[in-house]
Amino acid sequence: MYRILRKEKLAPGIWLMKVMAPFVARRAMPGQFIILRVKEGGERIPLTIADYDRQEGWVTIIFQEVGLTTRLLAKLNEGDGILDFVGPLGRASELDGLKRVLCIGGGVGVAPLYPQVKYLWEKGTSVDVIVGARSKEYLILEKEIRCICNNLYITTDDGSYGRKGFVSDVLKELLDQGNVYDRVIAIGPLIMMKVVSEITKQYNVPTVVSMNPIMVDGTGMCGGCRVTVGGEVRYACVDGPDFDGHLVDFDEAMRRQRMYREEEQHICKLMEKEGL
Amino acid sequence: MAVNLNRVPMREQDPEVRRRNFDEVALGYTLEEAVQEAKRCLQCKKPMCVEGCPVNVRIPQFIAAIVEGNIEEAFRIIRQTNNLPAICGRVCPQETQCEQRCVLGRRGQPVAIGRLERFVADYCMEKGIEDEVEVKPNGKKVAIVGAGPAGLTAAADLAKLGYDVTIFEAFHEPGGVLIYGIPEFRLPKSLVKREIEGLKKLGVKILTNVIVGKSITIDELLEEGYKAVFIGSGAGLPKFMGIPGENLNGVYSANEFLTRINLMKAYDFPNSHTPIKRGKKVAVVGGGNVAMDAARSALRLGADEVHIVYRRSEAEMPARLEEIHHAKEEGIIFDVLTNPIEVLGEDGWVKGLKCIRMKLGEPDESGRRRPIPIEGSEFVMDVDTVIIAIGTSPNPLIASTTPGLAVQKWGGIIVDEETCATSKDRVYAGGDAVTGAATVILAMGAGKRAAKAIHERLSKEE
Repeated sequence: MYRILRKEKLAPGIWLMKVMAPFVARRAMPGQFIILRVKEGGERIPLTIADYDRQEGWVTIIFQEVGLTTRLLAKLNEGDGILDFVGPLGRASELDGLKRVLCIGGGVGVAPLYPQVKYLWEKGTSVDVIVGARSKEYLILEKEIRCICNNLYITTDDGSYGRKGFVSDVLKELLDQGNVYDRVIAIGPLIMMKVVSEITKQYNVPTVVSMNPIMVDGTGMCGGCRVTVGGEVRYACVDGPDFDGHLVDFDEAMRRQRMYREEEQHICKLMEKEGL
Repeated sequence: MAVNLNRVPMREQDPEVRRRNFDEVALGYTLEEAVQEAKRCLQCKKPMCVEGCPVNVRIPQFIAAIVEGNIEEAFRIIRQTNNLPAICGRVCPQETQCEQRCVLGRRGQPVAIGRLERFVADYCMEKGIEDEVEVKPNGKKVAIVGAGPAGLTAAADLAKLGYDVTIFEAFHEPGGVLIYGIPEFRLPKSLVKREIEGLKKLGVKILTNVIVGKSITIDELLEEGYKAVFIGSGAGLPKFMGIPGENLNGVYSANEFLTRINLMKAYDFPNSHTPIKRGKKVAVVGGGNVAMDAARSALRLGADEVHIVYRRSEAEMPARLEEIHHAKEEGIIFDVLTNPIEVLGEDGWVKGLKCIRMKLGEPDESGRRRPIPIEGSEFVMDVDTVIIAIGTSPNPLIASTTPGLAVQKWGGIIVDEETCATSKDRVYAGGDAVTGAATVILAMGAGKRAAKAIHERLSKEE
């Protein structure tokens, strides 16, 4: 069992959990993820590491209640244990040697973006950040990010906070204004990463996206997480999760993401009947 | 008295019934049947069968004990060299090992050594009989990477010799391929769990959810005071064909398909939360045991039609005859001399498998006749699920994080065959991580040799 040291509600349906997991914390790096199983009979799901402390042996995960497993996870409280928690998985993000970076986070994707912004900032990199949320109440980590970047731009779909619109609107403006970045890092819904990559391609700005496909083991064994990158098949779990956004086949990734949608809806309905 | 040339048959679940359940197919011998079969053994002075066994089980001796009705003694004899008899009795390819060498096989059927081994193990497990082992701890720590057949065997042998053994396992459950790969109907998971419990009683510690190469490295293990490390991380990376359409929804690697079913219990969805697509018409590409396991599992998930698609002829199939026979009995359709060239899709989902007919040419480097496409023979197989079972290769996770560990071009760890020693001091390796995908018993044999070599090395040290 991996004990939950802290649980915090960041937004409706979005939770932060600090989990005691020394074997994960001791080698964790920004960009890496964990796989957890809430309880016996549960599914293995990947979640990106949002923060960690090697000395104290904990890592932080931030997740949104979307499917059954995240809903079960949200029911756990401080002091409870998560049955299985394994990592760090995937390759660490390559963040060294950069001068000026634009980081873009959408929705709960802001969570995995945070350790990357922090790492870049601590290395003295100049960092601009665009964060997008559905509305003001869904915005997460604003305070934490604001103090570790040069400029923070916020957009909300409904205009309830920051500027009304999408992260892509701000991105376009920044590039049109002549801002030069040696990299864009985008983490969020597939459609957001796709749109961002399409824009940055026009401006020739190297862009890295973080893929979060369906996977079972996370060590290269199942191949369920395969992504087509530049015409080649790659495994997000061991070759990624970071890939060149200009080369990722996002349409295929979105299709593969829907593989078990029927089953997911079915099991969620069943559990609701049982009073989840 | 003349020896009966035919072995005592083993009862099996009726094919019509078992094709829709995950219960074990073979039901095992009764005591009477076992004794009757054991009496067929000629007790050769120079037993060839023992030479055919990768762990040299003292076969005539344990069979003699069965004839005397002393099953406990038979168990004790087997356990001297084989820690996992209930498993080996089920999944070893006896027909190419011990039983192939049996002299009775020249005129009739060889003694059913595997079935007898299985009987002895099951009988003693049911009666709660365990072999007493006195362990004298020597305080020396050894780390084992991977809780599959190789690692479990090395761990047991070392623990019996007094070593303080810790197994590091990446999955949430120990057992390796015995748990995630081989289906319940061939190897009940309860058996594997009991064997692992036995190991824990010997004092072996098993740390699940630790990925060596990610959570901790081999060098860190050595720095932490482990005097030796044995790598038994298996060959877990699935191969795909590289044909168009392989990323369509509904295409699985056999590894993913079987892991979802066996480890994650997707057949019990929604009680178990892991989903799996239950195809109606399924094509499994490949001709090995894994292909047979995947095909028979697909049938049990409710498929109307399951095809084995194999590019050579049945004679070249690497699967055990028994598995092919069982698959056929259950109604699996064999499309041999057939090679897939494209997975066809509609709206992102598998709609068909385009194949080409093959013929056999001259033997290739594997000694098997090379399959050659017959021009113009393309056709489309109407399927909604495709499972690729054309093999696996070793996981590069450890090699890439262990400086000084020499590996083959294809990823296998290079070792001294006799001692399993790698190019790195105090680091040993065996099983599929070294050989590429092979059998449970060969991995166990390597685990035994490594344990012996580790003991020889460490017993010289203070």
